[in-house]
Amino acid sequence: MVDPTAAESGTLLPASGGDGHLLVETVPPAPSSLRAFWSAFSENRGAVLGLMVVAFIAFLALFAPFVAPHSPIEQFRQFVQQPPVWAGGTWQFPFGTDAVGRDILSRLIYGARISLGIGMSVMIVSVALGIVLGLASAFLRGAVEVVVMRVMDLVVAIPSLVLAILVVAVLGPSLVNTIVAVTVVYLPRYVRLVRAAAIAELSKEYVVAARVAGVGKLRLMFVTVLPNCLAPLIVQAALGISDAILEAAALGFLGLGAQPPIPEWGAMLADSREFIRAAPWIVTLPGLAILVTVVAINLMGDGLRDALDPKLRRS
Amino acid sequence: MFRFFIRRVALTLPTFVALMFVTFVAVRLVPGDPIEARTGERGIAPERLAMLRHELGLDRPVWQQFLDYANGIVHGDFGVSIVTKTPVLHEFATLFPATLELTLCGLIFAIVLGIPAGVIAAVKRGSFFDHSVMTVALTGYSMPIFWWGLLLIMFMSEYLGLTPVSGRMDLINYYFEPVTGFMLIDSLLSDQEGAFGSAVAHLILPSIVLGTIPLAVIARMTRSSMLEVLGEDYVRTARAKGLSPLRVVGLHALRNALIPVVTVIGLQTGTLLAGAVLTETIFAWPGVGKWLIESIARRDYPALQGGIMLISGIVILVNLIVDLTYVAINPRIRHG
Repeated sequence: MVDPTAAESGTLLPASGGDGHLLVETVPPAPSSLRAFWSAFSENRGAVLGLMVVAFIAFLALFAPFVAPHSPIEQFRQFVQQPPVWAGGTWQFPFGTDAVGRDILSRLIYGARISLGIGMSVMIVSVALGIVLGLASAFLRGAVEVVVMRVMDLVVAIPSLVLAILVVAVLGPSLVNTIVAVTVVYLPRYVRLVRAAAIAELSKEYVVAARVAGVGKLRLMFVTVLPNCLAPLIVQAALGISDAILEAAALGFLGLGAQPPIPEWGAMLADSREFIRAAPWIVTLPGLAILVTVVAINLMGDGLRDALDPKLRRS
Repeated sequence: MFRFFIRRVALTLPTFVALMFVTFVAVRLVPGDPIEARTGERGIAPERLAMLRHELGLDRPVWQQFLDYANGIVHGDFGVSIVTKTPVLHEFATLFPATLELTLCGLIFAIVLGIPAGVIAAVKRGSFFDHSVMTVALTGYSMPIFWWGLLLIMFMSEYLGLTPVSGRMDLINYYFEPVTGFMLIDSLLSDQEGAFGSAVAHLILPSIVLGTIPLAVIARMTRSSMLEVLGEDYVRTARAKGLSPLRVVGLHALRNALIPVVTVIGLQTGTLLAGAVLTETIFAWPGVGKWLIESIARRDYPALQGGIMLISGIVILVNLIVDLTYVAINPRIRHG
């Protein structure tokens, strides 16, 4: 087994032998912190499975033009509402076609691009803003902190989807505005987390030491303190991707997200209602894609949490 | 204790003011002039435009408009819907019982299933049941509920023909004036045979859909809280005294394990109201969520503004009450 203290600090502790010689070679080389992380992460089978599924979906999203059999928006008018292969369809359209004859498999593959893209964009923007606002409130305190945290309280007070709807109503429905709306909704959790973690770090001795040594404020914020707040932030960011995907899909479903003919999974479901009886696969498949993606990311996020942040381990 | 209460209540006031400010600004940022939206594309004479602007107070300084708006809200005036020409508060009050009925039924579904599932999973930790509960909870937590609703309609209503597809009541066979606004109560009051059954049948699928995410959250929370409590010394003492396992788990452990669960349940209000928007849209449930979405489609901004203000106000109030009860029942906790 790995020595946990060595794994955590990532350094080699010189052990002194009885005769005063350093016996460095008898101590097993300390694993890099990355390897220690991987050994903790890979213990969790669910997390590894989640990672594999996410990697597969990300692969499909990245190489959509090469993987997808058809264009996501091309309408094969002579093949409207073709059933999938397992329900008597043909291999030309393995997952069948929708009401205007577009290939559902291709739309789902391109949809992975949209959904993962939204999830990643929301995550990156809100993590970046969260770091800046959170660190600013923790370091500057006073009026900055009061204003930032009050605004965050307000954002949290409005139900997530209702706030997203308000933002979209103001900006107009589009893919970019979906990202803006969902970012606004999920920003508070990052700001609160960074602020709380930074305040906890600020009272520690290494920060005092750095201050005494004359480290500048910006360097203190981003180089000294921030790295020690990263573990919970990474966990939150991973789980935040799945929440963002769900929220964006909900907006798409309400007609307030991506607009046609963009193959967004939620929007694909929106006009599937009338085909519940005639073409159930049009209803089933996009939702299944959302569910599988979100479950996989959540599994992966839970594994990250257990590996990076044992304090948050639920049981 | 009393000082904490006062402080906590006082802290929500700025949130309310900020909420008014946000809704006020948001509606003014919406592209398009409210008067043009009313008069349509044919245009309007300049004098008439000036008169209408004056009537709506749009010619006054913005800060004064905001004060008027805030003053109106304090006095219960949330504006008038552009489409129906009725006060927003009145529309909201008419539709809210439908949302409340749905939300409460969804919450009851989540609690009745979630707490026992969490308790049994914790007691039988590592068992097949535990793994199943955790898998179901993960799925429920990750569920796009609008799709879940469509799936249930597809299977239960279209395929098996068990439940109605949409609405609150079979309006072809039953009609009665609303008394309380709660279909379950009104149908009983109406004395029409079968009306209550119809109300229940209409509620089943929407409640399941709306309750799914809270169910997952409650089951997970109950399990982890229960696991923690089961490791405590007093539980061991109770066991050592020779009390029956049922008594130890049901009485000694559960009582303490439920404190965080109750908080989590209280904090589901926001999730439930957000979920109600989707659930009501899927099931054509005539509540405030569906109304909000329709207001956007109809560009009825006063309705949107008032609706968001009212829904958020309810969430803030419920969260406040949850916070205060939490401190009241558990005096060990003092917020810093």
